[in-house]
Amino acid sequence: MNAIDVEDIHFSYPESDEILKGVTLSVKEKEFVSLVGQNGSGKTTLAKHFNGLLRPTKGKVHIFGEDAKNFSIAELSKKVGHLFQNPENQIFEETVFDEIAFGPRNLNLPQEEIEARIDKVLKTTRLSRYRDTHPLSLSGGEKQRLALASVVVMEPRILVLDEPTTGLDLLSINGILEVVKGLHKRNVTVILITHDMELVSELSERVVVMNNGQIIGDGKPNDIFADDELLKSASLESPQIMKFSKILGLKPEVKVDALYKRIIDTL
Amino acid sequence: MIEIKNLCFRYHSHTENTLRNINLHIKKGEFVSIIGPSGCGKSTLCLTLNGIIPKTISGDFSGDVIVDGINTRDKEVSEFSRKVGMILQNPESQLFAMTVEEELAFGPENLAVPRKEIEERISWALSVVNMENKRDEFPGNLSGGQKQRIAIAAFLTMKPDILVLDEPTSQLDPVGKREVFSVLKELHEKEKMTIVLVEHRTEPIAELSDRVVVMDKGSIVLEGTPRYVFEKVPVLRELGVMVPDISYLTYLLKEGGYVKDIALTVEEGKRLFI
Repeated sequence: MNAIDVEDIHFSYPESDEILKGVTLSVKEKEFVSLVGQNGSGKTTLAKHFNGLLRPTKGKVHIFGEDAKNFSIAELSKKVGHLFQNPENQIFEETVFDEIAFGPRNLNLPQEEIEARIDKVLKTTRLSRYRDTHPLSLSGGEKQRLALASVVVMEPRILVLDEPTTGLDLLSINGILEVVKGLHKRNVTVILITHDMELVSELSERVVVMNNGQIIGDGKPNDIFADDELLKSASLESPQIMKFSKILGLKPEVKVDALYKRIIDTL
Repeated sequence: MIEIKNLCFRYHSHTENTLRNINLHIKKGEFVSIIGPSGCGKSTLCLTLNGIIPKTISGDFSGDVIVDGINTRDKEVSEFSRKVGMILQNPESQLFAMTVEEELAFGPENLAVPRKEIEERISWALSVVNMENKRDEFPGNLSGGQKQRIAIAAFLTMKPDILVLDEPTSQLDPVGKREVFSVLKELHEKEKMTIVLVEHRTEPIAELSDRVVVMDKGSIVLEGTPRYVFEKVPVLRELGVMVPDISYLTYLLKEGGYVKDIALTVEEGKRLFI
């Protein structure tokens, strides 16, 4: 079954130009898809349709085969978790525990279940020792892991990450990615919105390129990043490793390890 | 141009020092990039360069920061604002006027620069950031990269000697990032401006800077030309600092005995194989 089916959706705010101009996209369950394109291309607007934060002005959205229009945001949010760019915008409770507990409490889960879920997610996000800490005293990377924990504790089957690594350093980024990779292994469908093409190359099985409210490219990272014409029309830049594999006249590769192997095999 | 001697600083709210015995000398016209993991003190160091620390943000401060011959302890922040332009992550927090022109006129007007010269400075600043056609635009209508370029231009009209930028592109898309870095290149090469850049992404740093300073836990742990610094791939990865992918790839190849050197750019990498 497909996790997400979007059929020719259009979206505009009242009295404004269209932001989405007919987008059709299917994402299979357990897929890891990156959504790329410059600011204003419609990535975030599209992703906000997955959990009902936005409703299309025209067209249809299906989540696990069911028409999204029959469900409230609250109902869709149980299936689709959404992590936003700035973690501080998502943090409002006094302790890390309460912050994570907010969602499950709203689901009226029994106290034992809430505790069990939180203990598990604190472990996954390596925040156990901060259980009773004030969230705003955490570092940037820890805050982002907390925001992620608050989403993951709802046990969504689809996870949307909107620029989750912006402004974080390498260690913090790796902390987030470790959690995301773990979830993906446990069959969570992941949609990653990012400007970091190295990250896209490293993680995703599939890249969807947006420009001006439409999808203009959809394929494997190796194919998408080898297509200079496509990248140019989306104002994207090819990752260093891709450029280098082309210069060497080798089959296009986007990952350091893969190109390393290919070079050694050729030499 | 900037002389930092035995600088230590602790915020009142912290129990440990954020800066520990920093010594750094930055020459006129030099492009210095500062990298290091989150919390290493690089943003705090920036705030000492125009006297915001210790004048506005107080704490335990010792040592000296001397900018163009003046100790930051001895003058008010406003004195340094014409010498040191400070660009932060989010350009929106720095823009407030109704048109780009008013935005750029604000600084020099406050410095009582004659009207005619303000005009000339605005035209010059707009041409440096390549935005002559946006003079009458409402800043809110600009893209992220354009806003950040206007924030830079707003400092240029005050004719500062030094530009300090704290992660100026972290909120921008690839187009915006490219635009801002190309402005920095121009300011460095054509205008000979002294530039201090804090940045996570090391690809542009390897290309643009004269010198790279690596900080960890409040201290400078590594310093030198981009080549000297980025060749230390294992040290940097241990610290949690990204190296350009091409450097990591050629480091692996060098370890395996397949190439002689570590490349900083794709062009350099190409030469290793000829």
